[in-house]
Amino acid sequence: MTTTDPDNTSTTSVVGGSRSTGTKATRVIGVAMVVAMGWLVLFGLVLSPADVNQGESVRLLYIHVPTIWIAYLSFVVTAVSSGIYLFTKKHSLGWDRLAGASGEFGVAFVALTLLVGSMWGRLTWGVFWQWDARLTTTALLFVTYIGYLAVRRLGGSHHQRAKRSAVVGLLAVLLIPLVHWSVVIWRSLHQTASVLDTDGDIDMDGTMLFTLFVGVVAFTLLYIWLVLHRTRAMAMEDMLEDRGLDIALAERRAEGVAR
Amino acid sequence: MSALKVAWLIAKKDLQVERRSRIITNQVVPFAGVTMVIFGFALDANTDVLALVAPGLVWLATMFSLLLLVQRTFSVEADDGALDAMRVAGVDARAIFLGKAFGLVIQLLALEVLLLFAAVVLYGETIRLSGAVLLVTTMISATCGLAAVGTLYGGLAAGSKGRETLLPLLTLPAVAPVLIGATRAVESALGTGAAELSDGWQWVSLLTVFAVAFGVGGALAFGPLIDE
Repeated sequence: MTTTDPDNTSTTSVVGGSRSTGTKATRVIGVAMVVAMGWLVLFGLVLSPADVNQGESVRLLYIHVPTIWIAYLSFVVTAVSSGIYLFTKKHSLGWDRLAGASGEFGVAFVALTLLVGSMWGRLTWGVFWQWDARLTTTALLFVTYIGYLAVRRLGGSHHQRAKRSAVVGLLAVLLIPLVHWSVVIWRSLHQTASVLDTDGDIDMDGTMLFTLFVGVVAFTLLYIWLVLHRTRAMAMEDMLEDRGLDIALAERRAEGVAR
Repeated sequence: MSALKVAWLIAKKDLQVERRSRIITNQVVPFAGVTMVIFGFALDANTDVLALVAPGLVWLATMFSLLLLVQRTFSVEADDGALDAMRVAGVDARAIFLGKAFGLVIQLLALEVLLLFAAVVLYGETIRLSGAVLLVTTMISATCGLAAVGTLYGGLAAGSKGRETLLPLLTLPAVAPVLIGATRAVESALGTGAAELSDGWQWVSLLTVFAVAFGVGGALAFGPLIDE
């Protein structure tokens, strides 16, 4: 473990010596998020009507759609920040941490999407899972990014971690269109009648559309809030690792002097 | 020395090591054979079902063996720090990647032929002459994709402790398109379940794009991945 990591200074400046990962900005975002979530609950459970065909189960979509949108957003953020880390001269670890934090929440939100989606599927289609192109691609996306998170935990110095995971993060982007392409021809060849023809039968009324919009706003705020905190927490973890050895050495020396 | 020449030397060295150590013939090939037999147990030795799913099982057995072959090809390098030594000696990472991948392609192709033979014997699969060109093209393009992904993540997982378990987690989702594409293409080539011969070619194009994407991407990414 390198104790003279050149990024020691940058980690300190990120955290600013503070013991908390919160700042004024995150508090404002946090409050806005709580308000938006309150709105979502109000509109999603009380004010919006039940669907003609799907009944009350349509309310699950107010979570399902925003979570998958956030998942896609976070994987895009992971890819872009991995690219910035890898291809800029500075190789700033801040971008690596942003990629990692975003990847973590992406995986969490895909898991939530799959969970809510399978509940909705059970209520609407009668089955938890369909081997449909979109579902299969999403499931593979989920596993791919679990692999990405595993690579982040391989150990080594911060820059080793950053380089390795940035490469894997970019390879995942290469993989997604290939997975999607293969699954789309696979299903279009074999599936004669699709149950997923939901575009036609959802008659989106104004309140529903607005509720969905509130959901997307609320979850986007949640994502930003989580990523900001997680990125700072990661900076602290890195700093702790860097300083841990120095502190241990200093303590041993102090013990020696005291004798 | 040009990168391709170096790649060829690395592939030749790998194949020679494997020929002499006999680990592949004594362990990996029997493992693949056992896999084909236990698929039979799992599907209740129902020959109708087995003949129908044989192409998928052949590719599944290939992928499980791929994991073993990749671990094997990198443990040869990592045990004596040979990978680091090659990098220190100034060997181009892209050449190492291509050489390792090419060695894997040869080993996998030999294994696939054996597995197809096992499918004919054990599952009652039939091979038709009209699908031979499609079959061979599919095998080559799919194998190149598998070898590229395997080499890439094998290099990442090589060496340090606890990384061996990472290889399946990274590799299997990545080769999922190959499993889907190669299975459908081989079904078309063999006429399994009344699959049309002409349907197979769109899968070959997918497999080729996959192999090229991961071949090029892997060659570029391999250096940063193995440099520690």
